Amino acid sequence: MENKNKSLIDYLLILGDNSLILGHRLSELCGHGPSLETDIALTNISLDLFGQVRSYFQYAAELTGGDSTEDTIAMKRMDREYRHTWLVEQPNKDFAYVIGRQFLFDAFHLPLLEQLVNSKDEMIAAVAAKSIKESRYHLRFSSSWMERLGDGTQESHQRMQSAINDLYPFTYEFFEETETEKLIFEAGIGADLKVIESTYRQTVKDVFAKANLEIPTAPARKTDGKKGIHSEQLGFILAELQFMQRAYPNMTW
Amino acid sequence: MKGNPIWEVFIRSKNGLEHRHVGSLHAEDAKMAMENARDVYTRRQEGVSIWVVESKHITASNPSESGEMFDPAKDKAYRHPTFYDLPDELEHI
Amino acid sequence: MKNIKDQEAAFQARIDAGEKIEPKDWMPEKYRKTHIRQISQHAHSEIVGMLPEGNWITRTPTLRRKVGLLAKVQDEAGHGLYLYSAAETLGISRDELFHQLHTGKAKYSSIFNYPTMTWADIGAIGWLVDGAAIINQVMLTRTSFGPYARAMVRICKEESFHQRQGYEIMLTLCQGTPEQKAMAQDALNRWWWPSLMMFGPRDEESPNTEQSVKWKIKRKTNDELRQQFIDITVPQAEVLGITIPDPDLKWNEERQHYDFGEINWDEFWQVVEGNGPCNKERLQARNDAWNNGAWVRNAARAHAEKRAEQKKVAEAI
Ligand SMILES: [Fe+2]
Ligand SMILES: [Fe+2]
Ligand SMILES: [Fe+2]
Repeated sequence: MENKNKSLIDYLLILGDNSLILGHRLSELCGHGPSLETDIALTNISLDLFGQVRSYFQYAAELTGGDSTEDTIAMKRMDREYRHTWLVEQPNKDFAYVIGRQFLFDAFHLPLLEQLVNSKDEMIAAVAAKSIKESRYHLRFSSSWMERLGDGTQESHQRMQSAINDLYPFTYEFFEETETEKLIFEAGIGADLKVIESTYRQTVKDVFAKANLEIPTAPARKTDGKKGIHSEQLGFILAELQFMQRAYPNMTW
Repeated sequence: MKGNPIWEVFIRSKNGLEHRHVGSLHAEDAKMAMENARDVYTRRQEGVSIWVVESKHITASNPSESGEMFDPAKDKAYRHPTFYDLPDELEHI
Repeated sequence: MKNIKDQEAAFQARIDAGEKIEPKDWMPEKYRKTHIRQISQHAHSEIVGMLPEGNWITRTPTLRRKVGLLAKVQDEAGHGLYLYSAAETLGISRDELFHQLHTGKAKYSSIFNYPTMTWADIGAIGWLVDGAAIINQVMLTRTSFGPYARAMVRICKEESFHQRQGYEIMLTLCQGTPEQKAMAQDALNRWWWPSLMMFGPRDEESPNTEQSVKWKIKRKTNDELRQQFIDITVPQAEVLGITIPDPDLKWNEERQHYDFGEINWDEFWQVVEGNGPCNKERLQARNDAWNNGAWVRNAARAHAEKRAEQKKVAEAI
């Protein structure tokens, strides 16, 4: 029981941290978008992701017990305890990076949720059922922008291709099954990453073709985000994300 | 500098009601206009259906012609039920 | 053919009778110009106003505060959008209005040129700045220009949670540790006077009031609105248990209003002239967003044109 809870909590972090860190990156853009319409759209995505985070972390806090809350989980873990993949913490270098990062995540997130709606864990199934509609829209949004930028002007094409060249090698990490993911899948709670991977590559192929982009052939980056090894970006993200909880500990806000 | 087109947004707040004009936005094409409309105008469950139409496709009546356009309907009271005198005790009519 | 004087009189009579003016209606040139200026200044204030609060989105103390603040700042983008749209019905483009903002030609509310240093500033802004804005905006829902009035109705609906969000932040701080309460007090100290300045110069220094009242872009004078704000806000500060930083603030039984101290009008004009603490940063941020977005907007345009062309060719075959 103890052990099962531990893997389940671990799994919730793997799920939640991707949404947390990507939501954080998108939230940095609020007020700085290329147009008012896209500014509002990106914030909608960010809000959807934070909504998911709260559901996952509230559940994880309940399983953890003690003083654990959604906020201690989001803001009081140490660097090595975050379990998201490298892709989502990549910075908002330009709008092509924002869209590329979003698309490469959405294309993974949607088929993941499509499996999780059937999870034996009712809470996870319920969160997935709510999130799946959000994710479907996110993928629609990011795909259409991939097309616009990939097949827009020469400059936009170059920027989009170069963003994708940088980001694509991070996508292999999604499918490297950790011990936790294996256990949770076998327990009927998690997802079959192999199935997701084939869907993923197909989505990428389709959208890249429409967007006039080439699928990068660079090899996978050797990253282990799900095991808590992160890029140099994370420390700076946490410096902001955790600032209040660290500077003014144990207060109510 | 040519700005991008303006679109008018119409939203059906729930099935059974008509689409109503709620505002405008900018978008390069219909797909983008639809997505922008969803993101801008339905954040608080304002709608179940969206129409977008590029503003330039709307032909509007001219206020200076309001007289000939709308005034002639004013004296056609016979189009309204109260024009016809019937006894008060009469029911279901 | 009526002469211009008769036309203007007839126009004013419509407004006096409570009729709305719609974009294609005849209107005096001054009415059009004044509305373009006022509506666009209002729009600029909404989007520049995103910056001081946006500054704290990545640092909110909790996730609940994060979604509240994100949604609030996002709403302000929407308000800007609705207002630019209303201004556009008068025959000016959003791009032109942005250009006026970016080049420093257009004004926006000077309150947004103050820095948000601490988390309590987010509470103070929601409580005081949105509170002051609401007083103005509620009045404008009944203004004479239809698109402006309709935008204001929509905005007021959305605004209703902004001030509550801010006040709740303040309340939580004031019920928290002494350190938190001090943070709230400090924020009130810094935001109080700039909030009072939001209502604009004293009546005797605002020459356009009479015309504005006639067109219903104003229903009360600056000083009346300021007084209304103070009267509403003082009891709210008492509930919080923090002190408004004005030694002259005192209930006047005879007037049935609060008396208050002298506003530092020199500071007000300095900030309006561009010398406030953050004017430069705010304009820079808007310029950066616009400039960095240029290639994106161009790409969307090029893509739409390509697709339209492809469609034409496909249809021709
Ligand atoms: Fe505002
Ligand atoms: Fe607003
Ligand atoms: Fe507001």
